[in-house]
Order: sequence, then structure tokens, then C-alpha cells
Amino acid sequence: MRSSESHKMPRRPAAPPRAPVARIAAALALTGALSACNTVVLKPAGDVAQQQGDLVVMSTYLMLLIIVPVIALTLFFAWKFRASNTEADYDPDWDHSTQLELVIWAAPLLIIICLGALTWVSTHLLDPYRTISRIDAQTPISSQAKPLEVDVVALDWKWLFIYPEQGIATVNELVVPANRPLHFKITASSVMNSFYVPAMAGQIYAMPGMETRLNAVMNKTGDDFVGFSANYSGAGFSGMRFKMRSVDDAGFASWIADVKQGGANAAGSLEAKQYLDLEKPSENVPVLHYANVDPKLYGRIVDMCVEPGKMCMSEMAMIDARGGLGKAGIRNVAMLTYDKNGREAAVDATANPDAALTRELAWVRALCKQEAGAVIDNTVKAPADKNSLTGFGLSAPQSISLGGDADIQSTPARPSKISRN
Amino acid sequence: MAIEAVDHSHWSPLLGRLWWDAIPPDPIVWVTFAGVMLGGIALVAALTYFKVWGYLWKEWFTSVDHKKIGIMYMILGLIMFIRGFADAIMMRLQQALAFNGSEGYLPAHHFDQVFTAHGVIMIFFAAMPFVTGFMNYIVPLQIGARDVSFPFLNNFSFWMTTSGAVLIMASLFIGEFGQTGWLAYPPLSGIAYSPYVGVDYWIWSLQIAGVGTLLSGVNLICTIVKMRAPGMNMMKMPIFTWTALCTNILIVAAFPVLTAVLTMLSMDRYLDFNFFTNDFGGSAMMYVNLIWIWGHPEVYILILPCFGIYSEIVSTFCGKRLFGYTSMVYATMVITILSYIVWLHHFFTMGSGASVNSFFGITTMVISIPTGAKLFNWLFTMYRGRIRYELPMMWTVAFMVTFTIGGMTGVLLAVPPADFVLHNSLFLIAHFHNVIIGGVVFAVFAGINFWWPKAFGFKLHEGLGKVSFWCWVVGFYLAFMPLYVLGLMGVTRRMRVFDDPSLHIWFIIAAIGAAVIAAGIGAFVLQVAFSIWKRKELACDGDPWNGRTLEWSTTSPPPYYNFAFTPVIHDIDAWTDMKRCDVKAPKAGFLDIHMPKSTGTGIILGGIATVFGFAMIWHIWWLAILTFVGMIGTAIVHTFNYDRDYYVPAGEVAEIEAAAHGQPLPAGA
Amino acid sequence: MTASTMDTMTNATAHVASPEQRTAAFYELEPHHHPEGASTMLGFWIYLMSDCLIFAMLFAAYGVLGGNFAAGPGPKDLFELPLIALNTAMLLFSSITYGFAMLVMEKGNVRATQAWLLVTAVFGACFLAIELYEFSHLIHEGAGPWRSGFLTAFFSLVGTHGLHVTFGLVWLFTLVIQLSQKGLTQANKRRLQCLSLFWHFLDVIWIGVFTFVYLMGMI
Repeated sequence: MRSSESHKMPRRPAAPPRAPVARIAAALALTGALSACNTVVLKPAGDVAQQQGDLVVMSTYLMLLIIVPVIALTLFFAWKFRASNTEADYDPDWDHSTQLELVIWAAPLLIIICLGALTWVSTHLLDPYRTISRIDAQTPISSQAKPLEVDVVALDWKWLFIYPEQGIATVNELVVPANRPLHFKITASSVMNSFYVPAMAGQIYAMPGMETRLNAVMNKTGDDFVGFSANYSGAGFSGMRFKMRSVDDAGFASWIADVKQGGANAAGSLEAKQYLDLEKPSENVPVLHYANVDPKLYGRIVDMCVEPGKMCMSEMAMIDARGGLGKAGIRNVAMLTYDKNGREAAVDATANPDAALTRELAWVRALCKQEAGAVIDNTVKAPADKNSLTGFGLSAPQSISLGGDADIQSTPARPSKISRN
Repeated sequence: MAIEAVDHSHWSPLLGRLWWDAIPPDPIVWVTFAGVMLGGIALVAALTYFKVWGYLWKEWFTSVDHKKIGIMYMILGLIMFIRGFADAIMMRLQQALAFNGSEGYLPAHHFDQVFTAHGVIMIFFAAMPFVTGFMNYIVPLQIGARDVSFPFLNNFSFWMTTSGAVLIMASLFIGEFGQTGWLAYPPLSGIAYSPYVGVDYWIWSLQIAGVGTLLSGVNLICTIVKMRAPGMNMMKMPIFTWTALCTNILIVAAFPVLTAVLTMLSMDRYLDFNFFTNDFGGSAMMYVNLIWIWGHPEVYILILPCFGIYSEIVSTFCGKRLFGYTSMVYATMVITILSYIVWLHHFFTMGSGASVNSFFGITTMVISIPTGAKLFNWLFTMYRGRIRYELPMMWTVAFMVTFTIGGMTGVLLAVPPADFVLHNSLFLIAHFHNVIIGGVVFAVFAGINFWWPKAFGFKLHEGLGKVSFWCWVVGFYLAFMPLYVLGLMGVTRRMRVFDDPSLHIWFIIAAIGAAVIAAGIGAFVLQVAFSIWKRKELACDGDPWNGRTLEWSTTSPPPYYNFAFTPVIHDIDAWTDMKRCDVKAPKAGFLDIHMPKSTGTGIILGGIATVFGFAMIWHIWWLAILTFVGMIGTAIVHTFNYDRDYYVPAGEVAEIEAAAHGQPLPAGA
Repeated sequence: MTASTMDTMTNATAHVASPEQRTAAFYELEPHHHPEGASTMLGFWIYLMSDCLIFAMLFAAYGVLGGNFAAGPGPKDLFELPLIALNTAMLLFSSITYGFAMLVMEKGNVRATQAWLLVTAVFGACFLAIELYEFSHLIHEGAGPWRSGFLTAFFSLVGTHGLHVTFGLVWLFTLVIQLSQKGLTQANKRRLQCLSLFWHFLDVIWIGVFTFVYLMGMI
């Protein structure tokens, strides 16, 4: 997990850092034993992770204000009032002092007030759902910069990355352009995982049938960043790691072209059929490149309806919002079954063999006009009004215009309903 | 590399899913099994040869004496602690070996069971029995009571906990244990993704042990509320009893949640329900929420009594009243309440909004305020004290330093953006071992060294105790400080193999630390064995430490009725008060004492519950039905026994007291 | 030793007092009668509250999953309110008759107590029978707990309540037998009071179920 620092980017003139305390603190922290190893969490290559790492250091120093005196006093009292030291005062009935008790409660309270304020602000500013406001401490985001969309799917036990704009997909390899905002949409096929590239940004869970999001940016180029699942997901969990590369724009374009042409890792195109094959459990999977990808595939993965004949989660949610399908819908079990292995037997037992599944499905489809894969986007979004966050010393986040300008940066919400008729 | 699933679908009416394929395919397990069998046979043979079965049955297994049950809890905790520690050593070894292309020595199927079992065993079957054992033994003595409110229930609770422990041990040799992590998040723990019996072992061992824990919680609350000696109002209770009260309130208010969640998961697994499935409108996120609504209070269930133990020790060995008793009590209550509104900090990364995350982050930090106040209280108890560095006090000072560091990293993890980069990393592992070892394990050793003389009438050997202490402290820092560093290097938990060679050195240091801790455990076992051997030399009277609370006012070991005369309380440190006023216990005029009778129902019910759990795990339906009906029947039969107590005649009390104090029998007793 | 003398017994007075007086101030020398089973009601209350939490979890699960019909039937398609109203009436009547049992217990009438307990059992059994009929009907139609998150939560909540009633019935019959054997002893009265708490508690839970699951489901 080393961040190779190939300085292809011109160094920016040193501007006054936004959080000097953090910088000093980070510098201090790095002088210790930690400087000997690659503490990627404190020295990452992406701005979001850098801010999170700084926050780790800043909070630590804030707490050391009280931790150091406590430990020092413990050791000092332990030594000073040892039984053999008969010189020391001994006051067996002294058990109360109002002033001291006030200090005892107030000192931690003050630290927690500071830390609480820091928490409130940083949690909102570093909300993974929130589009980023800057490339790095000195560079606000340009209003033209369009984020790179990457759809991430945690499979058993490998990672699938779909680049919807480029129309390609990869397995266990994530390549991104440096200094461009990145927007990840994350889901999983079977069980819970956590998408984590320590050099880039903090993690977020990947869960089946649901979508989480992550906004980030890489500030350095490099070839050997590492990403992995940070939530145990079964036997192949240890091998569920991928290589992450950050390249310049030209390098990114040429990589896309390579994948499209098909090279050493070419695996053809990724349609439902190939996906269902890929989805089966496998370990330590080598890098795969798909030159083409079905544009609806990711949506269907989130909707758990890649397999033909399955009802999409979004369809189900819409039907449920209307009160279900009544008793007529009781037997449409097979089209809803998703969890595999042990589940198949149970389904055979409960599904009515007479049910004309295909007919029913057609009937269900006719009832709802929602396109498969168009999940109603009810994920939590970054607060639209950031004014509440712009306290003293905090500049307004640039990503979302506070005035009446067109809201270019914010994530375009998925259309909640697309008419197909 | 494609995966080949092992087919475990065999089922027969007689044996359920139990078949030859239940033998674990692992030589390490076979060797362990052979060792356990040989040891077990040797033990049974020895017990039979020395004819102690009758004694054990009469005096221990069926005893309703809270002191004996407390000691049995401690023994159970110690056995399971050693089992859990063996798992820890295996993990450390695997992670130190699995570098440079090596797969280590544990395949995924085994390694994943090891880390799951380690967590489950250490929390449920080591830490919980230790804590319950202390509360059982100490609380009635501290409040001047003769037993708990419901003595039979106490015995029953113990055997239910043991029943759970037996099931989890059985999983080592028959079938498998869960491979899900200690909290078994679905969908992974659902039947579709964990089709064999591992998760079922997890469910039933926790479910059965949970019954015991819950009932023991009810029992101790009633004991503390109803059975205090005259004069002991709530604000004169010893601080350990206070923490025990808060802990048991937490148990009663948290364990039903676990029961409910486990039931839901078993419904999903057994009857095809859809609580936590991906399909049919289940919600795995609900499980994560519910399990942590139990899980976070559980952390305080473990640590609060330990705070109580430290409080007693600090004030005893500083020869000083506890500083800030009132604020200590309020701090404990505040922690009790706050522990219910922080659960979400275990999954900031699940995608809740920033406002929700900040709320739970800040409530978590707020808990550090009362906790900090407690630390200051201990600190100022030491101030102007006369600190005697006996073993319990050494553990306490080590705790104060270690726990402070662990508390700091805990607050750090409560900052959601910091948690995004540290969640599930080895930093988190280092943090909670820092507080659980530094807080709970140190308290267990402090408490054992402190109260052992009370329970057995002789002190534990100090030299070996110091060896154990230093091995533990040094070993702890060696084993877990590297994990903090590894966490900052972005290493996640539950990994079986590594490919970055720069991490290797830290895992080697951690493995060495684990070995040093092993030496500490060895020294402790040796300390106990040596002290029992030298018990004549180490013998002590009822009050070896110049104690302050009522348990030191009776003999060591206490008679089964605890106090010949119920003490009357005027001050917080009741025994110090009595000593100061030079009060002599009455030597004559003994009264009849009302005591509960022993009963075998508890161990019988526990035994049937074990078989029931086993039958459910293996889908042996006829046996499950039979044992279930058997349990209900046994319980009903038990209710037909109205003859549950008796009076110890005053004469017998006089004899026991005279013998204990080495005095001639007074005339006219 | 009364409370007031205990309070005034300070360290200073203890020192001037004679050794006998000091001993008397710090130990209970007179025999004290500790009422048997003094903690039982408190203990049972605490148990009930913990049981209440299990129901709280099931209600919470119903709150989360109650709208997930999985493109299947919802409450309006499945519930038959008149039947449930009858069911509710059965349980409420059983609570009233249990109350009568407690009244005659206070008067010391064993036979009448047993009779009212049996009447309670009949109402309780009717409640269970109707519930079982409802369940079997739903399962027969294919709307079993496996069909959807809603039905999972519904069956669990209502079923757990039903299981409690079943255990209450077993307990009730046990008590009827124990009453014939021992009569209205202190221990048996205490047991009747505990079962009374349990039975009324199940009533309260059912009112929650009836309101939140059935009535609100039909709106």
C-alpha cells in the first residue's frame, strides 16, 4: 500500500494551509516510529482521505490535552503517595471537593464540546454522499469539471468496476484520472462488503439490493495503490483485493482505448449472461477487461434482476407502495427469489407449479411502468443548503452554488419514473 | 479459481443432519480432540478414583449458595478464557506466517471459524461469566445479605450459561462453528450463504446462555433492591454494588433484544422467514441496528462492574475513602443511560446521513465525560493516600494508564470521518482490546487477587502474581500497539493472508506479544496451583487487606450463611466504620438462620437444554421435541416442590462461628 | 433498633458507648422475620418488562418490514376484522374472568378461584383456536411467513403473543392442580398474582397488536 509519488503534477505554490494545527500535528506525528512505515491512512494520495487523516491527527492532539495530564498524574500520584513515602500527606477521610469535582466534569466536557463541533462540521463536509468541493486544499473545483462515474459491484469475492460513460468494465482493477472528481455508486451481489481504497477516501459499505455512494479525488498519480473489502464476506475475503491506479488524463484515455481494443486481460463484452457467470463465487481472480458493457446492467444488479424472469426491486417497491398485488400476487414467488443455494429448494416447495410464471410476470410488468434498474433514488443526499455549515472560519463549499446558478456539480438524481410506453 | 461447495444436505429422521461429514476435515482439530478426550478421561478417572463425584454433586453442582455459584462462574470463565486465548494464538500465528506467498497453516474454513469463535467465546463465555461470577460472589456479601433473592434461579442461570459453553465447545469437534464474525451479520449468516450448522451453533449457544444471563440480571437487581442490610440506603451502597446494579439493569434491558434478534435469525434459517434476507422484502440493515442495540450496552455490561472492582481496590489500598462517591454513582448512571443511544457508531459506514452520524458520534463522545470523571475520581483517591502496592493495586494502576489510551482511541473512532478510514481496521481491533483487556481482563486479575483470600482463606502467591502481571502488561503493549500502527497502514481485520511484506514485522511483534501474554496466563495458573499447595503459609484472617466493605467483616471463607448476625450500616465504608468504632461481633445469642435448600433442578434443566440445542442445531426434530417437553415438564415438576428452605439452628451457627474464630463454644449458645 | 436511633448513632457517640451498645448498634441481635418471597413480585415485574422489550423488537420489525409486501398480499387482502374482533373479545373476557378469580382468591374461596381460572382458560383457548384458524387459513392460501417481509413480521409478532398465551395456559392448569393440592397458601397466592400480571400483560400487548397491526393495516 505504498503511494508512489511520481510528481507529474506541478507543485502548487504554498498557500497558507487551511488547518495549520492539523499540518503541525501531522508533522509531529510523523516524526515518531510511524515515519518508518507507510501509514497510508495519514499520508494518502487523495484529498478526501487526507482530510480524514488530518482529522485523525487533529482529534488525537485535542484529546492528548487531557490524556497526557491524566497519565502523568496517575504515574506521579502512584509514585508520590506510595506507602513507603511517609513524608507524603495522608488524609484518609478526604473524599470530596466541590471545586475539584467541577473541574473533573468540566475539563472532559470542554474537550468534548470542541471535538463535538469538529465532528459535526467534518461529518457534514466529508459526508461520502456529498460531492466534493475541492481538488485539494489550494484548488477549488472548476465548474466545468464533470465527475468520473464508476459503478462498483462487490461480488463473491472480487470487484467489478463499470465505467458507464466509457462503456467498459473491469474486474479487480480500478484506474482513475488524477485531479478529477470521482463519483462511485456502490452495490453488492450477495452479502455485505465495504469498498475501501485507503489512499483515496474512507470506506462505505457495499450491500445487495441497495446503493451507497462515495465522492473522492486522487491527487497523485501512482501505479500500486490498493483497494479491498473492509467487511468480512466469506471464505474468499482475503483475496478480495484490487489494484488501483491513478493516471493523468492522457494516460486514462489511452487505458480506456486499450481496454476497448482488448489486450492481455480481455474478456469480451459484459452482458447479463457473462455477469451471471462472473457472479458465481471465485477467489483470487485475475484482472479482467470488458470492452463493452450493457448500459442497463448496473441498474439491474442493484435491482437484483439481472437473471431473466426476475422482478426488479424497484418494481416490487412500486407495487408495494400501492399496497401490493393482493391475493393474486401470492404465487409469484419464483420471480422474486434471489438468495441462492439453500433457497432454491424452499422455493420449489412453496411455488405453485401451475402458476404460469411468464404470464404473471408480463401482467406485473404491465401494471407498473417503471423501467428496470431505475431505483427510486431515496439514498441520503448531501444537504442542499450548506449555509448552516459555514460557521466561523469555514469557507462555503464550492461544489454547490449557493446562488441561483445552475447546479452543475451536484449529482443528477436519477429520474424516479421513466415512461416506457 | 472457482469454489467447490461441500454438500452437507444429508438428513435422516433419526440423526437429522448428523452424519460422517460432521467430522471436521482438519488434522489440527483431530489432535485437539484426542488431547481433550485424553484429558477428559483422565479427569473423570481421577474424580472417580478419589470419589469426589458425590461431593461435587452435593456441595457444588446442586448448591444454591451464591458464593459457590460465583466460584463456578469464575472457573467456567477461566476455562473458556483459555480456549478463547488458544484461538487468539492461532490467529496471531497464522497472520505472522501468511506472508511472501505463504498461505499460512490455516485454510479459510478453519481460520474464519477461529476468529468468530474467539470473539464469541471471549465476550459471552469468558468475560460475561467472570463479571457475573464477581457480582454473584461479592454483591450479597457487600450488602450484608445471606443469599440472592432467587437462589434456585441463580443455580439455573449458571447451568444455562454452561450449557451454551458446552455447545460452543462441541462445535469444535462435531460439525463446524460459524464463519461469519462474532456478530454474524446477515445475509452472510442467512441459510443461503451459510448453509451448514456453524451459524446454528452460534445461535443456540448464545440463545441458551442468554436465558441464564437475563435471569441472573433479574435476580441480582432484586437482591440489591430488596435485600440490603438495615441502614444501607442506596447512597450508602458500596460502589461495586452500585456498578453491579447498573450492569444488571443494562442486562435486563439489553439481553431481550439479543433474544429477539437471534430468534428472528433462526426463523430465517429454520422456517424460511424473511427478516434479513435480500429478497422478499427483508432488511439486513435492520439486523445490524438491532444487534448493536444489544451490543453496545453489552460493552458497558462488561466494563461497569470492572469499574466497581477498581473503585473498591483503589480505596482499600490507598487506605482512603473513595473520592467523589456521589459523582461516581451519577457517572455510572449516566453511562448506563447513554449506552443506549450510541449504537449506530458501530456502522457509520453503512450510509446514514451526516446528521445521523454526527448525532451518534457526539453521544458517543459524551460518554467519555462520565468515564473521564471516574478516572479523575480514582486519581484523587490516590492523592493523599498511602498506596500499598499489593497485586490488586498494581493491576489497577496498569488499568488506569492503559484504559486511558484505549478511551482516547475510542473517542477518535467516534468521529465519523475518522471512522471511515479506521472502521474494521486493525486500529479498531487494537482499540477494543485496549479497553477490554486493559479494562475487563485487568479487572478480573485484580479482582481475583483481591477477593481470593476472602473466598478461600489464603492469599495468592505474590511473586508469581508479579510475573503474571508484568508478562500481561508487557505482552499487551507488544501485541496490540503494532495493531494500531497496522490500522494506520490501512490493514483491515479478519484477513488470512497478506501480500505487502512491509507489514510483516508488525505481525511478528504482535505474535511475540501474544506469546508473552501466554506466559502471563501460564504464570497465573502456576500462581493459583502454587498458592493452593502452599495454602498453610499463605493463610489469612477475614480481613487481610484492611478492607472497607462488609465482605471483609466475616470470616474467610465466609460461612454458608455469610453473617451470623446481620450487620447494621451507618456509613458508606461500613466495615471501616465498624473497625473505627471498635465494634466486636457478638459471640453469643445466635439466632436461627433461614436458608434456601439445594436443588438438582438447575443442572438437570441445563443438561436438557444442551441436548435440546444440539438437536435443534442438527435438525434432529424428535429429540428437539422430546427435550423441549422435558424442559417444560421438569420446570413444572419443580414448581410442585414447596419445601425449598429450612432454618439453621442457632446451636449449629454457634458451633460454626466458634470453629471459625478458634474459640471455645460459649455457654448457653 | 429503630431508624431514628440508627441515624443518630454517629462515630462519636459510638466511641463513648459501651462495647455492648456498640455491638447492638452495628448488628441485628433480635430475630427479624423476613417475609418469604418478598422479591418475587418485583422480580416478576422486571421479567415482564424484559419480555415487553422482546415485543418492542417485534413491533419495531413490523414497523420496518410491515410495508414490504414483496408484490404479494397486504393487510387489506388478508385480515378479517370481524374474526379478529371476536378474538380480541375472547382475550379481554379472559382478563375479566381472571380478575374475578383474583377477587374470590382474596376471599379465600379455593373452589371458586379454580372455577374462574378454568373459565379464563376456556376464553384463552378460544383465542388461541381462532388465531390458529387464522394462521392455517393464511398458510393454506399461500400467504405464509415466507411470502414477504410483511408476513414474516406479522406471523412473528402475533405468533410470539400466541406462544405466550399458550405458556400462560400451561401455567394456569398447573396452578389449578396446585390449588387443589395445597389450597390458597401464601406461595400459591403469590403465584396467582404473578400469572395475573402475566395474563393482563398479554392483554396489553394484544391491544397493541390489534391497533397497530390489524386496525391500522385496514385503514
